[in-house]
Amino acid sequence: MIPFHPVFASFSGAIEFIFTPQASNVTGGKTVGGFSQSMELLLTQLEVTAIAVAIALVIALPLGLYLGHRGIGELLAIGLGNAGRAIPELAVIALVASLIGVGLLTVAPALAILGIPPILTNAYVGVREVDRSAVDAARGMGMGELEIIRRVELPLAIPTVMSGIRGATIAIVATATIAPLAGVTTLGDYIINENVYGQNGVLAGAILVALLAVTLEGLLALLQWRLTSDGLKLQTA
Amino acid sequence: MKTDHTRLRVALAALVALALALGIAACGGSSDSSGEEGQGSGAIVSNPENGKVSLTIGSKNFPEQEILGEIYAQALKAAGYKVKSALNLGSETVALKAVKTNQISGYPEYASTALTSFFGLEPEEVPSDATEAWEKANEEFEKEGLTAFEPTPFASANAVGTTTATAKKYGLKTISDLEGVSEKLSLYGSPECRERIDCLAGLEKLYGLKFKSFTPVDISLRYNVLEKGQADLSILFTTDPQLAAESNKFVILEDDKHVFPAGNVIFVTKKSTAEKAGPDYEKTILQVQEGLNLKVMQELDARVELEKQTPKEAAAAYLKSAGYTS
Repeated sequence: MIPFHPVFASFSGAIEFIFTPQASNVTGGKTVGGFSQSMELLLTQLEVTAIAVAIALVIALPLGLYLGHRGIGELLAIGLGNAGRAIPELAVIALVASLIGVGLLTVAPALAILGIPPILTNAYVGVREVDRSAVDAARGMGMGELEIIRRVELPLAIPTVMSGIRGATIAIVATATIAPLAGVTTLGDYIINENVYGQNGVLAGAILVALLAVTLEGLLALLQWRLTSDGLKLQTA
Repeated sequence: MKTDHTRLRVALAALVALALALGIAACGGSSDSSGEEGQGSGAIVSNPENGKVSLTIGSKNFPEQEILGEIYAQALKAAGYKVKSALNLGSETVALKAVKTNQISGYPEYASTALTSFFGLEPEEVPSDATEAWEKANEEFEKEGLTAFEPTPFASANAVGTTTATAKKYGLKTISDLEGVSEKLSLYGSPECRERIDCLAGLEKLYGLKFKSFTPVDISLRYNVLEKGQADLSILFTTDPQLAAESNKFVILEDDKHVFPAGNVIFVTKKSTAEKAGPDYEKTILQVQEGLNLKVMQELDARVELEKQTPKEAAAAYLKSAGYTS
């Protein structure tokens, strides 16, 4: 019989930690973990993620669509997009925290930096890939430029645009685990404080973050399906 | 404005250098009867026998620990060992596990932390005497096949700190003085502080204090949040160089009910590792830590935290000026 790796042995311990408060070595008798604390941390993680994704969307989506529509700024959209992925987020948060301060209002914008590259690049590429004859036809029908973006290019680019948004969301929700280092108590609290929560707590935090990421990915995939026009679904099916 | 600042830094640097030299000269004299000039007196002798032994010295990931890790690593290298270092372990739990699984040979730990965090003592049960605390910790370590070498001269503890302005405004000298005003004050500390009995949980339980809010931050930001005015109170370390260098700006409140036990540093290693490494292992570590009194440790912390030297440079300077290495 193959001996179980300790990780599997503590898996049930981690699940228990999520639902029932546990004793800890360093708290002087106070219990830690349990359902209400887990939910509180999870909601904070969701909150900071939502704000960060919203900021990234507001900045990157219009810019990407506009640049794609005009066919300009490829260097910006692709180059900056790719370079942006190489930014070490921990360093960004440390920098922002020491320059501006800590808390939700600085952590969320810092996390948004992670979301901007994929949204920008995918919006740009998505729009560029739209069949030019469709755009010409729209123009021929007398549509204005803004209307072309809104009613022709964006709908046709939805699969690509949405995959950028999904990528951004996953990156942000996963990275929000480091927020406790800058004043926001997310699920990362379980993960970085093994001293307090023990191995079960660390694993519990990891499980919850993973579940949250998978759930968000699922919901966004659903949203993408709803937003994609039926014609496109047929084409890709 | 700018020149003032520069002058202050230069003065500070001079002060640091002076104090470091004085502190080291003082202890060099006491440790060794013959050597007055330092050169060669307490020098570490390289033993070719040790070349067969590889050691990995660990430390937790904040400046004081990294400096200690570097001092031990460089000293052991001078003694002839093959030495690697892993000076970025996130917490004592991680560090201890790394020792037990042979990922590192040993690391410096505060005796108080070992007793509260590993062996479940309440903060008020930690002996204030360094030798007693070390013996108590060592007794527990021995049960797990580990051993802890004798403690350093200096001790470090957490402390509640604030700006002199805030202390004056509310008339704060001790932590007990916070009674009645803590509800109006925000406290910042490391993420794990919230739940720890030798931190926020103890302040709440033993002092009966409630704070307006507790905000977790990375410990490197502990002065930053006070300076920015975000925090009214912040968890500091008693060895922090900022307390000496900027005593007109920051103060710590006296821990009159002993929530924060002070700890001298003990080097934790496996018994089997110590045996394999031979007598020079323990000897070298004890030799180089003899000079580490509070003053010297504060100056070394200052070099890294205020002067922006690397822990490696600070450790090398310490070993050299104390005559341990040439």
